[in-house]
Amino acid sequence: MVVPALLFILVFSYIPMYGVLMAFQDYNLFKGFAGSSWVGLKHFEMFFNAPEFWTIMRNTVVISLLKLLIGFPAPIILALMLNEIKGRAFKRTVQTISYLPHFLSWVIVSGFVMSMLSTENGSVNMLLEKLNLIEDPVNFLSLPQYFWSILVTTGVWKEIGFSSIVYLAAIAGVDPHMHEAASMDGASRLRQMFSITLPSILPVIIVFLILAIGNLLSAGFEDILLLGSNPVLRDVGDVIDTYVYRIGIQNNRYSYATAAGLFKSLIGVFLLVGANYAARKSGNSLW
Amino acid sequence: MKSTTGDRIMLAVIYSLLSLLAILAFYPFWNAAVISFNNGSDTVKGGVTFWPRQFSLENYRVVFEDSRLINGFVISILRTVIGTLASIAATAIFAYGMSKSELIGRKPYMVLCIITMYFSGGLIPTFLLIRELHLFNTFWVMVIPGLISVWNMIIFRTFFKSIPAGLEESARIDGCSNWGVLFRIVLPLSGPVLATLSLFTAVYHWNDWFTPSIYISDTGLMPIQTKLQQILNSNIMSEQLAQMDSAAQGRMSRMKAVTTKSLSMATMMVATLPILCVYPFLQKYFVKGVMVGSLKE
Repeated sequence: MVVPALLFILVFSYIPMYGVLMAFQDYNLFKGFAGSSWVGLKHFEMFFNAPEFWTIMRNTVVISLLKLLIGFPAPIILALMLNEIKGRAFKRTVQTISYLPHFLSWVIVSGFVMSMLSTENGSVNMLLEKLNLIEDPVNFLSLPQYFWSILVTTGVWKEIGFSSIVYLAAIAGVDPHMHEAASMDGASRLRQMFSITLPSILPVIIVFLILAIGNLLSAGFEDILLLGSNPVLRDVGDVIDTYVYRIGIQNNRYSYATAAGLFKSLIGVFLLVGANYAARKSGNSLW
Repeated sequence: MKSTTGDRIMLAVIYSLLSLLAILAFYPFWNAAVISFNNGSDTVKGGVTFWPRQFSLENYRVVFEDSRLINGFVISILRTVIGTLASIAATAIFAYGMSKSELIGRKPYMVLCIITMYFSGGLIPTFLLIRELHLFNTFWVMVIPGLISVWNMIIFRTFFKSIPAGLEESARIDGCSNWGVLFRIVLPLSGPVLATLSLFTAVYHWNDWFTPSIYISDTGLMPIQTKLQQILNSNIMSEQLAQMDSAAQGRMSRMKAVTTKSLSMATMMVATLPILCVYPFLQKYFVKGVMVGSLKE
């Protein structure tokens, strides 16, 4: 019963892993993998020396870090706030609404963003005009200085509710006696939140932080591809993933794009192992 | 427990923040729906926010009369149904085998699987493999590469292991084969996990636009999300054109009752429709599903 599935994994996961070797070749579609010549680290050198290398690296790192700094604590804060609500109807309504965006495709979400920020009947522009903060509609999606904020906001909007589920479950597992004892001792609810709830769910937070750091460089590809398609945004929106896509799939430079992709995977593995090492020191490692 | 002033202030702040959050989370969706029900040329004048100003079904009529969009919708449904059934069946069978301790080489197989969760060949080698396998421009490119999900296999396996061994033994004594035990005993007992994983897989299939966008060029095979992406892309283009020559563009779009914007909003609503329909049923499952998923191996 497992043989067909294992063969399947060999074909669809391990053949591409083996195919990564083409980063060290001048891969030629017609000669194939076996017939192409080996060129060592040529493509890596080309990538590191490419004029756009530092821009891409900066964008990848900055966008990932911004998403981590804002996107990671946001669902924890939401879960802590939801936990304080005693009215079931209100709590359920907020949860139901906040989960919904997770189930929409990035295409739909990018459509919402375009519609909200549009210069014709975009709600954001209308609001800003009503508040007299701007005089003419701003075309947010073609101005590089707004791109990062738009990406981070959209990401938080889409995932905050869904990511909070795990933290809510962790909070539900906290022993209520601790809260009782604390309130006997006169601790306010805010104090209880910081001194009991938060420390109790710390192990869960750390496990998810490690996972988030391990995925740091892959944080989002569809959103950048969909919202950053405007060439004006390339200086701030080009990350390793979109670069690989553009160079590899659209310009057919397979070996070069694979080298860039492999470089990203290596940093990713390094980050994952590093984060886990740090977490093991605190006693909450993944493995 | 009596509440202090400080507690009450905190609760008031939390209620307001959460209400604001709920409005912010819902508004883009609501606004898009409103625009889709509003006369397109009227929308251009601005000010359509909470309620349609000139109610119109014209946008939807255009969407439903566009055979390419309807075709995309049908492809999406086919892909979601076939992809989900095939993937769940294949993954469950795999997981059942992997849940048996008498399976020779179970540990190395598991390692082999887990490695694929952290490392992959990346976009280009996968792209070339799909090309070599002649899956380009076929319906199956949307079904086959995602057939086995290691993540789902682990969740299934954890669940299967919790089924009492006695049940399976007695079925075997009554003459059931491995397949019989799986399909007649184990799977019927796995309702919740089957439902959760099927829903997640179905949502993935419905929402995925990237796979078809790189592997399919035949427009007759493109699902609705990929088509929608193309419409939205041309929408950006037209907005940029409008920036350059707003007078001429304005005159042009004002003549039409249906603009690219109103049309894309209606298409977005249609592409979200199935999720909106299953969402109320889905909700009670996925909360549990996330819990199952975050169980430690």
